[in-house]
Amino acid sequence: MNALDRKLLRDFRRLWAQALAIALVAAAGVMTLLVGIGTYRALYETRTAYYDRYSFADVFATAIRAPNSLTERILAIPGVSRIDTRVQSSAVLDIPGLIEPASGLVLSIPDRGEPVLNKLVLMDGKLPAAGEPDSVVISQAFAEANGFAPGDSFSATMGGVKRTLSISGIVLSPEYIYSIGPGQMVPDNRRFGVIWMRYSEAAAIFDLNGAFNSVSIKLARGASESGVIEALDTLLKPYGGRGAHGRTQQVSYAFLDSELVQLEGMSATLPPIFLAVAAFLVNMTLARLVALEREQIGLLKALGYGPISIAWHYVKLSLLIASAGVLIGWVVGAWATHGMAALYAEFYKFPFLLFQISPDTYAISGGAALVAAVLGSLQAVMSAARLSPAVAMAPPAPAVYKRFILDRLGVTRYLPQGINMALRSMIRRPWRAVLTLLGISLSSGLVIAGLFVEDSLDYMLDAQYFHAQREQATVGFAHPVTPRGLESVSRLPGVIKVEPMRAVAVKFYHGTHTRLGSIEGKPNNADLDRVIDKNLNPVSLPPSGLALSNAMAKALNARVGDKIKAHLLDGSGKILTLPVTDIVQQFIGLGANMDITALNRALGQPDYADGAYLLIDTDKTEALYAAIKAAPGIASVSLAREALYQLRKQVGENLGINRTIFVTLAVIIVFGVVYNTARIQLSEQARELASLRVLGFTKFEVSIVLLTEVGLLTLLSLPLGWVVGYWASAGMLTGVSSDLFTFPLVIYRSTYAWATIVTIVAALISAVIVQRRVAGLDMIAVLKTRD
Amino acid sequence: MSDLAFRTEQLTKTYGSGNTAVFALRGADLSLPGGEMTVLLGHSGSGKSTLLNILGGLDSATSGKAFFRDIELTRLGDNGLTRFRRDHVGFVFQFYNLVPSLTARENVALVTEIARNPMTPEEALDRVGLSARMDHFPAQMSGGEQQRVAIARAIAKRPNVLLCDEPTGALDSKTGITVLEALTRINEDLGTTTVIITHNAEIQRIAHGVLFMADGRITDHKRNETRVRPSEVSW
Repeated sequence: MNALDRKLLRDFRRLWAQALAIALVAAAGVMTLLVGIGTYRALYETRTAYYDRYSFADVFATAIRAPNSLTERILAIPGVSRIDTRVQSSAVLDIPGLIEPASGLVLSIPDRGEPVLNKLVLMDGKLPAAGEPDSVVISQAFAEANGFAPGDSFSATMGGVKRTLSISGIVLSPEYIYSIGPGQMVPDNRRFGVIWMRYSEAAAIFDLNGAFNSVSIKLARGASESGVIEALDTLLKPYGGRGAHGRTQQVSYAFLDSELVQLEGMSATLPPIFLAVAAFLVNMTLARLVALEREQIGLLKALGYGPISIAWHYVKLSLLIASAGVLIGWVVGAWATHGMAALYAEFYKFPFLLFQISPDTYAISGGAALVAAVLGSLQAVMSAARLSPAVAMAPPAPAVYKRFILDRLGVTRYLPQGINMALRSMIRRPWRAVLTLLGISLSSGLVIAGLFVEDSLDYMLDAQYFHAQREQATVGFAHPVTPRGLESVSRLPGVIKVEPMRAVAVKFYHGTHTRLGSIEGKPNNADLDRVIDKNLNPVSLPPSGLALSNAMAKALNARVGDKIKAHLLDGSGKILTLPVTDIVQQFIGLGANMDITALNRALGQPDYADGAYLLIDTDKTEALYAAIKAAPGIASVSLAREALYQLRKQVGENLGINRTIFVTLAVIIVFGVVYNTARIQLSEQARELASLRVLGFTKFEVSIVLLTEVGLLTLLSLPLGWVVGYWASAGMLTGVSSDLFTFPLVIYRSTYAWATIVTIVAALISAVIVQRRVAGLDMIAVLKTRD
Repeated sequence: MSDLAFRTEQLTKTYGSGNTAVFALRGADLSLPGGEMTVLLGHSGSGKSTLLNILGGLDSATSGKAFFRDIELTRLGDNGLTRFRRDHVGFVFQFYNLVPSLTARENVALVTEIARNPMTPEEALDRVGLSARMDHFPAQMSGGEQQRVAIARAIAKRPNVLLCDEPTGALDSKTGITVLEALTRINEDLGTTTVIITHNAEIQRIAHGVLFMADGRITDHKRNETRVRPSEVSW
């Protein structure tokens, strides 16, 4: 090892604390990049392979009842390569040991063999034998949550009859990697399951013999999806086609996709932030080192070392610091990526997980950190390389300070000298001050971006479940019922109040904008399921016309007063032209609300209801649930409070992890910036600070002088951090919002307060660590030498 | 002559230990009268700076005793020494040690802000003849001016003692004399006990008394029957 490298290692050892603070920031960049790319690839590749191997369809459609003879005509649509038709319906399930009723989605598979598309992965048992009555396979998540194994059985009300289903096997399906039941916002596998049975069985139960009501299509290579959808819609229209859609509107696909978008967003935003901060810290530290080693650089040059060897010497130091960060980032990143993959494996149902962090992911993340460090070092390295030996060996020119605006205004005369020192130092090195301020502001920004999700969710849930959907249960009827039918619901045990509901599947048209959806009919001035405005106040539905949710209005580019065409998807071919009379707040799904009487009138139908909202006497839920499980006319049920509880439970766990990660990252940034800034200032001002000790300043007073600048910058960074956090949160929301959810941007004051506290506490701790070095200031040595 | 300001008994200071031990002071005994100007003369390495640092509460002795009036400095801890410096001592060093980001006035204000009964920064600067340069930064002043700001900063709290370590060491003789004039004037006007360390023998002529140091001990002392004005010395 040559002498310069030995010096390098000693410098590194001497600067270990600063190097570690920088390395941690770089490590955070490497780690977030590794986790982002690693999990993105794992999820993307697993999904792609799963879809490929198990023939996940490209286009999906449902209808009321289409004859099997239509199959040939669908296959003949140009661009269609394979199709699968089936029966699809819902069921109310009675699970042993579960008081409340559960929901089931029933799908048929061909009488012989496997489905052509959306093939099942048999995890246990076998597929039902043809002709074996009431034999089903169920989704693995549902089986696990309820402790079901092949051979077990449970009851289900299907097509108006309660039957006992026997489980022959447990399966996974590419269609239900992520599955949520009616009225649920997150998977509740105990209360929702997918059930497959042979076609003949299902068709008999749901009165679809010789017919189907669901079709999946695999497109030929290069086929136009929209062309096929259009042709399919035309074919299905007379049979109550509900409007075909591609993968992007398939819930499981869309959910995975939004996860992928978020991972992509994370890899694109977080790592650059950390690497930029690390580069800035390298710049600051190296600049100080070069200033301190000025005479040594002059000496080395006088001895014959050229500018390139000097430059390389300092570049190597920055590479050494970054390498430490890369190593830490790789180790923590690999661990975190494995953790994320395990979370995915638990949350999403894949038959396999293609997970390995490829060498190029390590190379990209490590390379990015090294490049950032070298870029950060450039300015200082260049100045070292350019220094001429004669100039270098002479003492540097004294620091020149000038009067500034506050001097001219006379303000500085009234300020303590510690503040004057800090202000002039900032003005003398404005870029350093600005970058320090920006760096610290990222910390509170990160905390806000990490915590606001809880506020938004809290606000959304409060709005959804306490202002809008105030019912405790929703039941869906197998067939529309008249007011007399509703009366029988109100006679069920424990039902305090019943409100009717209609849901009519339509395709909306407004100008060039179209959207599949449904018109929801509700009683005017409903008390249970209410329509609310943006201030969460109930809105009374106008006697005619549509109250669109803000997301639907946006999707259709519609304003109050516009006329919307709604094509009924019941096979009637009827088109309603309805004015938009109000735009209302709705966070879940795309909604179009209408007075139920007006809707029935527009449909030319009597006072029908497709379902009902219930207010329940909570003391009698058990009896009510038993009655619902036994009621043949109830095809589906959702329990709002249960959904809310599940959501809070699941999301709460994830948010806890989220909070820990973001706060840790924020603390790393503050520590990196504040510690390094304070250490460098201690080095720059050692002489002045020692003089203050000589003048009789206590260690505490000297520490205050030392930390005033970084303290002022920390305080100034806070409002900027709030703004950064607000915009980062807004940016994150655009990645998360979908047709499923419209997340409101809500940041509570407590979140701003948390961000402030985290930043201040982390800054204080960093400052205290540096402050301990004030005790070590050598008053005598410093005063005896020339600066 | 007034009471004693400083008194030491067998003061020793050792740096390091064992074979590498360096003896800076080897039992220095002295008595310094209050209100006078004393010059401490000795070659480089004679121990004079170490002695001054211990008297000023910047350093602690290895053994022996040092008193300021009836305060035993050698018994004080770090906080006590800080308090002692803050209340009683003004320092002037060879390299000024001004804060470069503060003007002359503000450098002095650093001290007046924490002192118990200070004069105003303006008065302190006026006493060293720098009324016209109060709003200048150190980098905008000559070496002599900077040293006079350092003296103003040292005396602004009306210290009982003013300890000066080679105050003219970095200056040419003409500038050095203006600095010595400022020190003499302070001593006469305020009665501040003043100790000046120097290896420049010429400067001893302006003092009331002279202590000679060599090899860590006080080897001799004398009193000047007739003092000369700083303007009368040259080197």
